[in-house]
Amino acid sequence: MQYIWAFLVGGAICVVGQILIDKTKLTSARILVFFVVAGVILGGLGLYHHLVEFAGAGATVPLPGFGNLLARGVKEEIDRAGAIGILTGGLKMAAAGIMAAVFFSFVAALIFEPKAK
Amino acid sequence: MLKRYGRQTVLFNSPVGIMATASVVGPKEGQGPLAAYFDQIEADPMFGTESWEKAESKFAETAAEMAAKKADTAIGDFEYIIAGDLLNQSTGSIFGLRNTNAPYLGIFGACSAMGEGMSLGGMLIDGGFAQKVICLASSHFCSAEKQFRFPLEFGSQRPPTSSWTVTGSAAVALGGTTGGPSVMGCTTGKMVDMGVTDANNMGAAMAGAAADTIVAHLTDTGRSTDYYDKIITGDLGYIGQELLLALVKKKGYDITHKHIDCGIEIFDKNTQDTLAGGSGCACSGVTFAGYFYDKMKRGELNKILFVPTGALMSPTSVQQGESIPGIAHAVVIENA
Amino acid sequence: MNIGTSKKEYDKMVKQASPNSRIGANCVRAFLVGGAICVFGQGLSSIFMAMGADKDMAGTLVAVALIFLAILVTGLGKYDDLVTFAGAGASVPITGFANAVAAPAIEFKKEGYIMGVGAKMFLIAGPVIVYGTLASMVVGLIYYFVR
Repeated sequence: MQYIWAFLVGGAICVVGQILIDKTKLTSARILVFFVVAGVILGGLGLYHHLVEFAGAGATVPLPGFGNLLARGVKEEIDRAGAIGILTGGLKMAAAGIMAAVFFSFVAALIFEPKAK
Repeated sequence: MLKRYGRQTVLFNSPVGIMATASVVGPKEGQGPLAAYFDQIEADPMFGTESWEKAESKFAETAAEMAAKKADTAIGDFEYIIAGDLLNQSTGSIFGLRNTNAPYLGIFGACSAMGEGMSLGGMLIDGGFAQKVICLASSHFCSAEKQFRFPLEFGSQRPPTSSWTVTGSAAVALGGTTGGPSVMGCTTGKMVDMGVTDANNMGAAMAGAAADTIVAHLTDTGRSTDYYDKIITGDLGYIGQELLLALVKKKGYDITHKHIDCGIEIFDKNTQDTLAGGSGCACSGVTFAGYFYDKMKRGELNKILFVPTGALMSPTSVQQGESIPGIAHAVVIENA
Repeated sequence: MNIGTSKKEYDKMVKQASPNSRIGANCVRAFLVGGAICVFGQGLSSIFMAMGADKDMAGTLVAVALIFLAILVTGLGKYDDLVTFAGAGASVPITGFANAVAAPAIEFKKEGYIMGVGAKMFLIAGPVIVYGTLASMVVGLIYYFVR
């Protein structure tokens, strides 16, 4: 059942992105920013985890899930360590994703060449 | 005697012959409908170099050498090389032509470079300041993407209004009075800003300038559209063409059956996924140097008004919200 | 403007002449591909959990695995084709973020490893980190005082 919800919710979030691409003149970078910030806000309001509960990867794999992670991280770190968590919590939670992207991208730059279309 | 007509047009005392043309294109252009007309189709978009910018320079170098060879003149014996491209600080032209040992004039008119170059070259020769001039333009899909849009491997959908930068370079060797296709004069375009801010709709940004230059040329010379077999714009594409025809009609001229656009001719939009059409300095350049020059030599066309078009913008100007002025330079080419 | 058409009038002409994106078909493809990537992530998550990872660890591993795969596909020169086909279906999942990091890293290595790869890696994805973390700080500030 979770697979079906993952498919439907994940697909639906992407459709929202597609409508933004086709209906507005927003560039890709702006749309990515929009989704992450939306995820942070929904996560901050404590709403996004409901979506994660029933849609699983359908909610965590799209970029709002990344935003939600940032919001969750900052809250957890404040609970654990106090005010300093405001500064450390977000990146702490996102560290694995960012580090993986940096490392694999660096290796890719070592190995691969850009290709013409 | 002043050779100026009206506000923007000059007509030469004697025809400035086109000694030779050269067109060197990339693989995609080589799969397009004009493939048979190009002198050289290079299968490797990197052209054996290690970057897109160096590849573009190699296209320029190859075209310049080929045109010189066809004109039976050592490249260093040309009195001027006039060249333009799209890259910052004319990277494409400079590094392709630095070993030519000929006096170099670098120009920027975005994709109108070939029109600007041929105008200046023709005036230099008719003015008696030179006998042999090479005019060159180059562009490369990948170097243009890298500079103006995104890295090649970044995924983004191209809107249907966007155009496809032509990879290649064209060189036109002017000089002599050999008969055949010759430059007879030119109308230098004004910058026309129609308020278009969408960098993915260059045809719309340039159509106003093309209309302005064509109407100015007809007004300055008192010629009717019937004077020309064809009026050929550079890279307006499908959207720009529709707008051009409408704008010109508003000024009382109907060029519907005279108009051809190089950006529409160079690719097959149905099989090559090139959306609004081809663009880039090489678009009008190689289409003239390959296709139209050939048609004129065969006598299938005798009088053309060649109007390369350019969108004057940079990534910085677009990000700062500036609208995109267009420019179009008309070159009169006739069989003398 | 001497060409006899005002900017406003021209804007109307441009809108009429410019074809619209085929939004219906685009949305269907975005839905299918975006959904499929999420289902794939769900499958990976199940595997990691069967191997003993807890839910959070599984989530992190899924993200790392998807990022790895997306960057591999980017390096092989195919991720841009996937986005051309699926649009937001391939841009909005975390794989799109990974593509946005890897593509400039690969492209700008011609300008060297420091000013090319190093400086340009976050050319497109940088704003996501900047505004994502800034927004999380704002959330943190509010949470700190109202919790």
